[in-house]
Amino acid sequence: MAPLYKYQLFGADVSLLLAVLIGLAFGFFLEQAGLGNSRKLVAQFYLTDMTVFKVMFTAIITAMLGLFYASATGWVNLDLMDFTDTYLLPQLIGGLILGVGFIVGGYCPGTCLIGMATGSRDAVYFLTGLFAGVLAFGEVYPWISSWVNGTAFGRLSLPAFFGIPYGFIVGSIVLAAIACFYLAEKIESRMNA
Amino acid sequence: MNPYLAGIGLGLVLFISFVTMGQGLGVSGAIAKISSTAVGNIPVDHIRNNEYLQDYNLAHSRTESWWILFEVIGLFIGGYASARMAGRRKKVVMKGESFPVASRLQLAFWGGLLMGIGSRLGRGCTSGQALTGGALLNAGSWVFLIAIFIGGYLMAGMVKRQWT
Repeated sequence: MAPLYKYQLFGADVSLLLAVLIGLAFGFFLEQAGLGNSRKLVAQFYLTDMTVFKVMFTAIITAMLGLFYASATGWVNLDLMDFTDTYLLPQLIGGLILGVGFIVGGYCPGTCLIGMATGSRDAVYFLTGLFAGVLAFGEVYPWISSWVNGTAFGRLSLPAFFGIPYGFIVGSIVLAAIACFYLAEKIESRMNA
Repeated sequence: MNPYLAGIGLGLVLFISFVTMGQGLGVSGAIAKISSTAVGNIPVDHIRNNEYLQDYNLAHSRTESWWILFEVIGLFIGGYASARMAGRRKKVVMKGESFPVASRLQLAFWGGLLMGIGSRLGRGCTSGQALTGGALLNAGSWVFLIAIFIGGYLMAGMVKRQWT
């Protein structure tokens, strides 16, 4: 039965070793995809290189299909999966701010570490900004906490929100992604013609 | 590496994390924990008693809270090893050719600061929310994910000089 750790099939010490191994593979694929390069990352928003979109959505679909299969066959218990609660407005505004920070700064938190590992000095400045941003947030938190914790929906999944079966949502996302991949290839070849 | 192939690799890593740990990947959580722990012992009550930073202070938390930190250490080493093997390690400042280095470094800082704030509001970043929550079909994560792209496209025109 999985998730293995939640069924106590291994302990905390093994979990930390696993964390390093999972991180290693995570960093390897990000770097191999070219996502340590801020110019390649921001090219997503100038439509000249859609690698960010392709990598992200292929990854989401792969893991999503894996979980769907594993839960349908009963060997993964999705109820035990860590699942962030939904806070609609803060997440909407947070996402917009993150998108602006992405194009202004050139990285996201994970890719800035890859950028640093490959020798980009701008990534070091970005990371410094990240730390400053967290501390600034902590500083103003007492004044905005009710808003930050407002519009709360608890553990809300798309199937629950739309009242549509899990498999149907999974299938729709796969089809939509394939259509978007096709479109992304078209746009890329036109922009680079 | 072909982006679709890299995406499948990344997706499998995420899937393995789900199946073994019951949680996905993350980065901004580690950043929040490192910064909170770093200032957590400054003997100024105003900082030490900050309710938000206190929650993220690793000094008084369980082993589970350290998981993301170990994962991020792995992430850095994995990225370094990959770049090293491919001969891609180079000391540079990434920017458009004619854009001044000093301005680029300033914008990198301010972009990072915005992202630090955005990731706290959104309870995660591109890893912990977009990838992880995306695969879990988390409703808030999908709102967040779509908002990231909207924010990026809306702002792109204004900082174009930096990148071209």
